[in-house]
Amino acid sequence: MDWTALAVSLRLAVFTCLLLLPLGLWLGRALAVTRFRGRVLCEALVALPLVMPPTVLGFYLMLSFGADSPLGGLWQRLTGEGLNFTFSGILLASLVVNLPFAVQPIQRAFENVPAHLREAAWCSGLSPWQTLLRIELPLAWPGLVSAMALTFAHTLGEFGVILMVGGAIDGETRTLAISIYDRVQAFDESGASQMSAVLLLVSFVTIGVVYALARRNRGMSV
Amino acid sequence: MMSTEVALAELRVSLHQVGPIPLAADFRCSPGELLALVGPSGSGKTTLLRAIAGLYRPAQGWVRCAGETWFDATAGICLTAQQRRIGFVFQDYALFPHLSALDNVMSAMGHVPRSERRSRAAGWLYRVRLQGLEGRYPAQLSGGQRQRVAVARALAREPRVLLLDEPFSAVDQVTRRRLQRELALLREEIDIPMLLVTHDLEEASALADRLCVLHGGRTLQSGPPESLFRQPASAEVARLLDKHNVFQGWKVMENGQARLAWGPYRFEVAQGLEDLDNGSEVHWYVPPSDVVLHRRGRPSKGERENPVTGQVCEMIVLGGMTLLTLAFTHTEDTLRFEIATHAARRNGLAQGVEASVSLLAQGIHLMPPRPAERYGSRDVQV
Repeated sequence: MDWTALAVSLRLAVFTCLLLLPLGLWLGRALAVTRFRGRVLCEALVALPLVMPPTVLGFYLMLSFGADSPLGGLWQRLTGEGLNFTFSGILLASLVVNLPFAVQPIQRAFENVPAHLREAAWCSGLSPWQTLLRIELPLAWPGLVSAMALTFAHTLGEFGVILMVGGAIDGETRTLAISIYDRVQAFDESGASQMSAVLLLVSFVTIGVVYALARRNRGMSV
Repeated sequence: MMSTEVALAELRVSLHQVGPIPLAADFRCSPGELLALVGPSGSGKTTLLRAIAGLYRPAQGWVRCAGETWFDATAGICLTAQQRRIGFVFQDYALFPHLSALDNVMSAMGHVPRSERRSRAAGWLYRVRLQGLEGRYPAQLSGGQRQRVAVARALAREPRVLLLDEPFSAVDQVTRRRLQRELALLREEIDIPMLLVTHDLEEASALADRLCVLHGGRTLQSGPPESLFRQPASAEVARLLDKHNVFQGWKVMENGQARLAWGPYRFEVAQGLEDLDNGSEVHWYVPPSDVVLHRRGRPSKGERENPVTGQVCEMIVLGGMTLLTLAFTHTEDTLRFEIATHAARRNGLAQGVEASVSLLAQGIHLMPPRPAERYGSRDVQV
């Protein structure tokens, strides 16, 4: 069991969830509630990582993280280090890859809150913030938990993009999934199977949570 | 002094736009008055209510209530729904499903000190006869109970205007009657303007002090139900009010007397003919109550008043009353009226039989063309 890789994976998953929660909440709600020009394009861009081959996405991210690229150059000037082959790099890549897993369940959850409930809240004198906190979020929270569970599990299992952007630097970018691959390459099936079992368990629990919340969400629908 | 107070507290609305939802609505509603906005689906009733509530922003016009301007397109004023302080009962009640009945009512009491909210919310639920059900969630309440929670929540806001959007459409007939009676009782205690949107004319005329007829977002006529039903401003209003006996005639002079010509007939009319030019066309309406059947074999003096003869083309017995429809040779329009079923039998009425009736001169209501101009709806720039 590669405990260092597990620690990197957990750190990556936790940071990805923490950063994607506010972003997913804002973007998911905006896509669900507001009508604006370019909404369909925005939805398509969010969904793009779902259909792009991970190596292709990883390749473009690697290019844009390079010191010669605007993003990589900016990061270099701000922090003094590059993005490729660093934890910051795989975290940024993880945010992009997990965007649809975070945004889409939240968007669906807010779409399921009938518009007239929001209007009833406004007519009752609740401000938009109070409406969000007291009416919308209590009704949409299963979607938020689903989004975080999917993001967490997907980050733990992400392989192609992380390998392209981060390589396999021990304690920095070697995640559990990459470590499993390395163990298999080294004919260490016992180590690979232990780590695979951990990922299988996490995936199973995640899907269980998501389905249980989906059932609850249907029960709450009005 | 009193009239100034009323004017200050009344709701005045003038909203206009060409699209996407056409609006040309002008009306007012006094404190304590219940004004019903009636019209077919898509006539803009709900849009008007939403515009008053601040949930929809029309292109032009203004909304004033309780001495405040809530919306004025020219001045760029548009208060939010929160600032307007309205009580809104939505068509499907829009209760918050995760909150109990008491919490639903309390959610509208942000203006009340926190320590008083619970007891006052319970008081509102008591007023709508829901004591004992405070802890129930909307899913655990019947349709009628949900509607009462929605009314309690709307009133708990202590609103300046109460807006009711088809509040009885989601319940069964029996519950509807009961809720209508309760609203009629409750409104005795409410001293704010109340707007009721409904497509049910019977409901509107039973509950409202005045009706405002809408079509295509345009206010066509407003007035007390009886006056509207007897004297619709135009053929369009008559049709929207489900009135059948609307015909087209023209003015003629006969022996120096103004008469209403309808095919071969020349009618005496109590009022309205004098304003028309000779030969001008006019729509006219006669309420079924002013159509009097001539008794077979027993002519009476009254039969000389605007007699017409037609053939019974439809005869529907509805318990003690029979609905008769007469067809005429000179027009495709038909005349409809009701008589007691026993009278229909005594006079030998049946389908295909010829029958004569008198149209009472007092009942004939003339509706000159372009009625909207008389009521100002088209005078306002859109």
